[in-house]
Amino acid sequence: MSEAGGHAASAADDHAHEHPRYMLIWLYLAILTILEVLVAFLAIPKWMIVVSLLIMAVWKALLVALYYMHLKFEPNRLRLVALAPLPAVAIMIIAIMMEYV
Amino acid sequence: MAHAATAGRVPERGLDVYTQKVGMWVFLCSEVMFFAGLIGSYVVLRFGAADTWAEPGDVLNVPVTAFNTFLLICSSVTMVKAFAAAQEGDQKGIKLWLLSTTVLGATFLGVQVYEYTELVLHRSWEGSHGFTPAAGLYGATFFTMTGFHGFHVLLGVICLAWATIRAWRGHWGADNTHGIEVLGLYWHFVDLVWIILFTIVYLI
Repeated sequence: MSEAGGHAASAADDHAHEHPRYMLIWLYLAILTILEVLVAFLAIPKWMIVVSLLIMAVWKALLVALYYMHLKFEPNRLRLVALAPLPAVAIMIIAIMMEYV
Repeated sequence: MAHAATAGRVPERGLDVYTQKVGMWVFLCSEVMFFAGLIGSYVVLRFGAADTWAEPGDVLNVPVTAFNTFLLICSSVTMVKAFAAAQEGDQKGIKLWLLSTTVLGATFLGVQVYEYTELVLHRSWEGSHGFTPAAGLYGATFFTMTGFHGFHVLLGVICLAWATIRAWRGHWGADNTHGIEVLGLYWHFVDLVWIILFTIVYLI
């Protein structure tokens, strides 16, 4: 990454950086939470409920990580640190799922 | 004065971020594995004994927990607003948003205590009165996962209370935002974990 790439640097260090739309993200999170509760009690096949709920949960988690934890604005090298445990989590999920295949 | 063994070393370029933030992210990586282990165990136990699990809403109080989820989401936005206020040197904003986050976090814990009390005293599960950590795999996994998360919230609230007291002493400002950002990272992570737990434990 170039020196200029560090622009993003940390949101803390860059005072000129425009703040993300925090309240809009909050609105998305609130709406997704309401949708989750509604979907959980829908009279549709269980697998559809599970898939929908997992998609919405990952969506909400991404919104928090990208905007509230500022990963969207951080240098790539810090993003790599943040993503470091995910391969280990993926291996664990695959290993667990193999129990039931 | 540098020791002869280290004299002349040129510091290497880091991650383009300050040290405390890197430290917090590394800590959060370990926390990811901690909660992944808990959630993984839960999935194994639940898939292995699906008939010993209740349907959503049969035992657990989903509306109350959904409200609690909403509180935690609100506390995330107030936390990030506190950081934004610190960046702008807005002392009034720093105090307001940090205090709001502390109160919301403490309220989350209060609602969780209420939820636990209701479960233990007034709910029934598999013929026995009271849903406790001793109520089979379902009870054990539920209280372990939500309990550990609640413990994380408690630690966060204690740190937030301290940060709020420091705000009243004028500690934070445009030239001193790191503490609020690093505490915010922890707090948002706690929110993020709850988002996953709420879905897996209460809704599925």
